Amino acid sequence: MMDALGLAVQLVLSGDPDLLEIVLLSLRVSLTATVVACLIGLPLGALVAVGRFTGRNAVLIVMNALMGLPPVVVGLLVYLHLSRSGPLGFLGLLYTPTAMIIAQTILIAPIVAALSRQVIEDLHAEYAEQFRSLCLTKLQTVQALLWDARYSLLTVGLAGFGRAVAEVGAVIIVGGNIDHLTRVMTTAIALETSKGDLGLALALGIILLVIALGVNAAVQSVRMTAVRQAYV
Amino acid sequence: MSDVCASHVPAAARTAQAAPILPLSVRDLALRFDGATVLDGLSFDLSATGCTMVMGPNGAGKSLLLKLLHGLIRPTAGTIAWGSHDPSAVTARHALVFQKPVLLRRSVAANIDFVLKARGKDARRRDRLLDHVGLGHKARQPARLLSGGEAQRLALARALATDPEVLFLDEPTASLDPASVLAIEAIVAEARNRGVRIVFVTHDTGQARRMADDVLFLQGGRVAEHSRAADFFPAPRSQAARDYLDGRIVV
Amino acid sequence: MQFKTIGAATLATLLAGAAWAQDQSIIVQSTTSTANSGLYDHLLPIFQEETGIQVNVVAVGTGQAIKNAENCDGDVLLVHAKPSEEAFVEAGYGTSRTDLMYNDFVIVGPEADPAGVSGMTDVQGALARIADQGALFASRGDDSGTHKKEVSLWTDAGVDPAAGSGDWYRETGSGMGATLNAGIGMGAYVMTDRATWISFDNKQDYTIAVEGDEDMFNQYGVIPVSPEHCPSVNAEAAQTFADWLVSGAGQEAIAAYTVADQQLFFPNAPAQ
Repeated sequence: MMDALGLAVQLVLSGDPDLLEIVLLSLRVSLTATVVACLIGLPLGALVAVGRFTGRNAVLIVMNALMGLPPVVVGLLVYLHLSRSGPLGFLGLLYTPTAMIIAQTILIAPIVAALSRQVIEDLHAEYAEQFRSLCLTKLQTVQALLWDARYSLLTVGLAGFGRAVAEVGAVIIVGGNIDHLTRVMTTAIALETSKGDLGLALALGIILLVIALGVNAAVQSVRMTAVRQAYV
Repeated sequence: MSDVCASHVPAAARTAQAAPILPLSVRDLALRFDGATVLDGLSFDLSATGCTMVMGPNGAGKSLLLKLLHGLIRPTAGTIAWGSHDPSAVTARHALVFQKPVLLRRSVAANIDFVLKARGKDARRRDRLLDHVGLGHKARQPARLLSGGEAQRLALARALATDPEVLFLDEPTASLDPASVLAIEAIVAEARNRGVRIVFVTHDTGQARRMADDVLFLQGGRVAEHSRAADFFPAPRSQAARDYLDGRIVV
Repeated sequence: MQFKTIGAATLATLLAGAAWAQDQSIIVQSTTSTANSGLYDHLLPIFQEETGIQVNVVAVGTGQAIKNAENCDGDVLLVHAKPSEEAFVEAGYGTSRTDLMYNDFVIVGPEADPAGVSGMTDVQGALARIADQGALFASRGDDSGTHKKEVSLWTDAGVDPAAGSGDWYRETGSGMGATLNAGIGMGAYVMTDRATWISFDNKQDYTIAVEGDEDMFNQYGVIPVSPEHCPSVNAEAAQTFADWLVSGAGQEAIAAYTVADQQLFFPNAPAQ
């Protein structure tokens, strides 16, 4: 364990370009997936939070259930679609970072939608009567709720990012763990583990953990500022 | 609920097509929740101008009456006629200030900007509105860190930003200090003098005396009396109002 | 407004992801042993230097590699299960199969050697003794080349290990490395290709118990995926890669690769 910690520090200090490439790809893929998942999940969550329509309960149940999608199932579904013999094979996306972004987006969009639905529903309970008095349209209501819940939704996005950056099942299938192309932190850890190099695997794991800590700390400090301004 | 705001159209277009919504005529108004009667057979008229103070003990149905008149809830029976309109058709021509202001999680200025933009009003009016309620110097501060009095003045500025023809106020000064109460009363009085119809719920008899053109006194979900201020305060006609003003228990 | 900016940036990132698909790159669907042992890290820079072709390796079990190639998700197949490879070509998925190189399988076990097979050279006998003793044996159980080979050796030994499944016969359903980790963790014998074993870092007290039987011979083959079956393949570059591997230069490069002073793969392509 201490050896792995030492190795992790040594890896970081050495500025190993391969390591840097892997870390940057991890961040690029998972951050992009998080942004796309938010673009899809936030409006969806807000609409379900504000909307009163038949089948709403069914949508809620499905949304909550999809939060538990196993990454490997998502990977398999995306593989079957992006495979050259699949319906979207002509796009040539399999074994690219784009395929990994797609898989992670599918994985975390339900998380973003379900969690943001809860956040926005709570805020809407506070705002609803005032908004009706102001005669806001549904679109204006949703926009205002999304904006006013922004700091809580940041945490929702973070939950999505955390799941994306930590999963290996989906990206290893659709990315292929190709060196210098689609190798990310988690697939590199899986590879080193399978090579029996447990120390290096653990060191990579520690670096991943530190990155996750850094992202969380950054978001937390933004939130603290917002709390001081009573914007949360 | 978007149908509630059928008259939500740009101001210019609205003025052209708008039929007058005053005077107001309420007949046999009733509201029941789960079999419990909350309002029962209210009938009254409001003139085209002035300030009506709505008074009565807790539970008399004052706040619910405001929401019915504003079109936020529908009556179980009876009619509310704003000129020839249903309340839900003219919600956008009213504004309501709640007892506890609901402010957006944004700056003071952004709270006004939001309403001006949403309602298609001139964005440049913001600074004048804030100065009008004495908040010009706090424009960039977080709205939810304002004091109670400041927050209510901001809510008032936001209500006025919509250019309402009728302004409902639901105990806006409850739990505020005397200076804040007077500041808000001054803003409301100014609006009244500009021709905005004021309907103001209060428990504060002094405030009612200062503001009222007429008083609508509710008790137990009914109109106990509706009198001109000059008649009401010296000699209320109803026993309930007499007891209330004398500080005796009224339910 | 902010949303539009974010949207545009996201779109740009997505499109940039697709832009890597330049003409001069191919995907090799490969067995794990060649990748995990570091062979590609040795070969590919040499090949790219000579031809300018970028080779991307997807390392999975032989079974999955063949499936992926059948789905046209690779330009070249490099695995070690000759009957399956020949069936692949027979079915029209590949253009032709060429012997590339070999090494051998070994059975590794703990120092304690609970079945007493250490030093045996008769693999069927060793397997029969392991089954007989009920000593733990960790199998890939994943339809990989190594797994297929292991199953055929059990059959030759006259043992049906499925009867002991979950008892002494532990099927991990995982890759070679994961199976070695699991096997070592539970003190089980494991059959592995020698290349993976030599380059494996988590050996603990494990050593090679059984080796040297000619039935443990492990042949690798290379097959370009057929452009008739898969019009999307980069047939020219794929053929260039396959040709180079079996050429004098490629074969020399394979022979030159060592780990801990041991040669891992022995080139045996037919003379060109």
